[in-house]
Amino acid sequence: MKKIKNLHDLEKWRSQILASRPKKLKRVIISSGTCGQASGSLAIIEAFKREIKNQRIEDKIELKVTGCHGFCEMEPNIIIEPDKIFYKQLKPQDVPIIIEKTILNGEIIPSLVYQDPLTGRSYPYQPEIPFYQRQLRWLTEANFYLDPTSLEDYIAYGGYKALAQVLESFSPEQVIEEIIASGLRGRGGAGFPTGRKWQICREAKGPRKFIICNADEGDPGAYMDRSLLEGNPHSVIEGMLIGAYAIGAKEGFIYVRREYPLAVKHVTIAIEQAKEAGLLGESILGSTFNFDLHVVQGAGAFVSGEETSLMASIEGRRAFPRQRPPFPAQSGLWGYPTNINNVETWANIPLIINKGASWFNQVGTERSKGTKIFSLVGKINNTGLVEVPMGITLREIIYEVGGGIKGGRAFKAVQTGGPSGGCLPESLLDLPVDYDTLTKAGSIMGSGGMIVMDEATCMVDVARYFLNFTQEESCGKCVPCRIGTKQMVEILNRIVAGQGEEGDIEKLENLAQTVKGASLCGLGQTAPNPVLTTIRYFRNEYEAHIRDKSCPALVCKDLIIYYIEPEICVGCLLCLKSCPSRAISGERKKPHHIDQSLCIKCGACLEKCPPKVGAIKKYTGRKRDEIMATESSIKNSRVGL
Amino acid sequence: MSCLLIKKMASEDKEIFKGLELNQKSLIHLLHRIQAQYGYIPEEVVDDIAERLKITPSEIFGILTFYKAFALEPRGKHLVTICLGTACHVRGGRQIAEEAERRLGIKAGETTADRQFTLETVNCLGCCAIGPVVVVDGVYHSHVSIDQIEKILKKATEKGDEKN
Repeated sequence: MKKIKNLHDLEKWRSQILASRPKKLKRVIISSGTCGQASGSLAIIEAFKREIKNQRIEDKIELKVTGCHGFCEMEPNIIIEPDKIFYKQLKPQDVPIIIEKTILNGEIIPSLVYQDPLTGRSYPYQPEIPFYQRQLRWLTEANFYLDPTSLEDYIAYGGYKALAQVLESFSPEQVIEEIIASGLRGRGGAGFPTGRKWQICREAKGPRKFIICNADEGDPGAYMDRSLLEGNPHSVIEGMLIGAYAIGAKEGFIYVRREYPLAVKHVTIAIEQAKEAGLLGESILGSTFNFDLHVVQGAGAFVSGEETSLMASIEGRRAFPRQRPPFPAQSGLWGYPTNINNVETWANIPLIINKGASWFNQVGTERSKGTKIFSLVGKINNTGLVEVPMGITLREIIYEVGGGIKGGRAFKAVQTGGPSGGCLPESLLDLPVDYDTLTKAGSIMGSGGMIVMDEATCMVDVARYFLNFTQEESCGKCVPCRIGTKQMVEILNRIVAGQGEEGDIEKLENLAQTVKGASLCGLGQTAPNPVLTTIRYFRNEYEAHIRDKSCPALVCKDLIIYYIEPEICVGCLLCLKSCPSRAISGERKKPHHIDQSLCIKCGACLEKCPPKVGAIKKYTGRKRDEIMATESSIKNSRVGL
Repeated sequence: MSCLLIKKMASEDKEIFKGLELNQKSLIHLLHRIQAQYGYIPEEVVDDIAERLKITPSEIFGILTFYKAFALEPRGKHLVTICLGTACHVRGGRQIAEEAERRLGIKAGETTADRQFTLETVNCLGCCAIGPVVVVDGVYHSHVSIDQIEKILKKATEKGDEKN
């Protein structure tokens, strides 16, 4: 490949790529990130290839395999251009029909069209789907068009233009000024102003400087960084190149967690391509700027997402955090000034340079600018990755983009910010999403996980889940985090097991303050947030567990029973066959019965009981006690006989 | 077996150490390679690595026990990974894991006595939209329900047998 020497070369190459592309009638775009592949996109791709070959219509259809389109609930899905027809949840056998009807004859197939779960309306065209309409896809739009393993695709999309422009006409200081003016804040969670961070690192003295891309996306329930790296790796690399130029770094690292094999693959390919084209390495784009980039794989430790731990891990040591200051910008990797930004932050940089700071900062709230990608998951209709302008309300995200709660159940809470964040109730849904309002409400923006919970989610169980997570992931270096989280988990374990005592809530609050105030790094300092917010907004659930030994959401195993209503049961034997502990007895067409002493409460019977019958119920509290009392008196009377 | 392994490693040195600087910086990368090749990190190779990278064996054990990616015991023929990320948790991932534990007769993190299955749980695979997620030997199963576990496990052994 010929090396690109300057902006002019780049533009020339871009027009050559565009001119060389054959104009085909139709283009089929297949979403194939990890979610898509897990849902069967690879079989769809194979089917298209086979059909196109068999029917000899290579000149009519172009196939484009891209990263994630964000609408994960509808995977595997395709978009057919030029009309942008959207087909969802495809099976390989749909492919010949799609080719015949839609692609060759322009006919839309109603059964493959997306239907809004709330209104029942059909949306054959992708841009009209409400899920996409309310979004502002500045960063994720490219995922529709790019083959992530093709540098040419990125160039054709206008890629590396920002870098070329910076090298040609910006001084490093001008780049930093532009980023400061844009108001961009770190997308990893803490929200530190990016330009200011760069400035500190630029001003720091050191013979070498490093930059790092933090792709150790450990928050359970968050996967926007994976999607960006998988779907558009060059945008992150371009952002890093611009950052390195501004800061004066010659070497950089992308630290990716090992659970993301496809992201590692795509970013590694992208680095090789960039090197070949003269976009990485010595005298980039013919300038005096040199920069080298390496991929480092994590090894499975949540704490390595914390910046000082991450650097320890790159150095080949255990991912222990250390005291700050000194901050990485002064003393980072091997003691040299280092700048760390998150994947999404880096991906914003080319955009800001291309469009200008004043264009960028028009969108958002006073102190939070631009867009933010969230992973909208849990009990919601339109699960997926959404990119929305800062300042949008939680309600708009959940009901307009997300299509509301699954199965028409009632909303209970939304969890933002992962294990460091908190659970917010219905009354706060009209909060505008920005760094400062979420912090004020007791949660955080975090990296962008947004987990929606309905009435069937137990908030005490959720708090225990998160705390159990942070306790297991605590590196053990400092006492408050290591022992404090352990003690908190033990109290929560007692509460969900029905052994909670008066005063437990206060004990939790007390411990939480110590862990927050005295822990060494962000992991411990934020670990109590899920507990504190659930106590703040859902105290009644804690009280029900402690005082009435009941779990109102019917989740905590030790506080519920499964019971077959004899009047409703039709005696179909389905539950009986599914029970792993043989606790269910009964004959065909006669009501079945669960022996409570054998039941392990796995829920398999409830899953099997046909919804239109619905004979199996979960009970807690007084109703549970009544059933248990009746059962044991029947048993005793039998023994008496 | 261990002696054989060390010999094997020594003879494959060039491959496994290829492109790596022989210092602490390369340690995690090197361990990833060994794990990928042997399925675990045989304790016997630790001294060898320590000598080559000029660090102490205790530092290597520190790394091996700190990070979840590394196993000191051989793994089973089939690796079953169950996601317990938040999205999978609220959709019943915990019950899925318990069912797999029951079916295999082991706890998460353990390997069956016949070395057929290793069961592990992870904190998030980042496929939150399609949870609960179970991965068997790299194949993702989405929207898994409790009664599918038996079939999923059975399919894994059948597939393995076909290969043989």
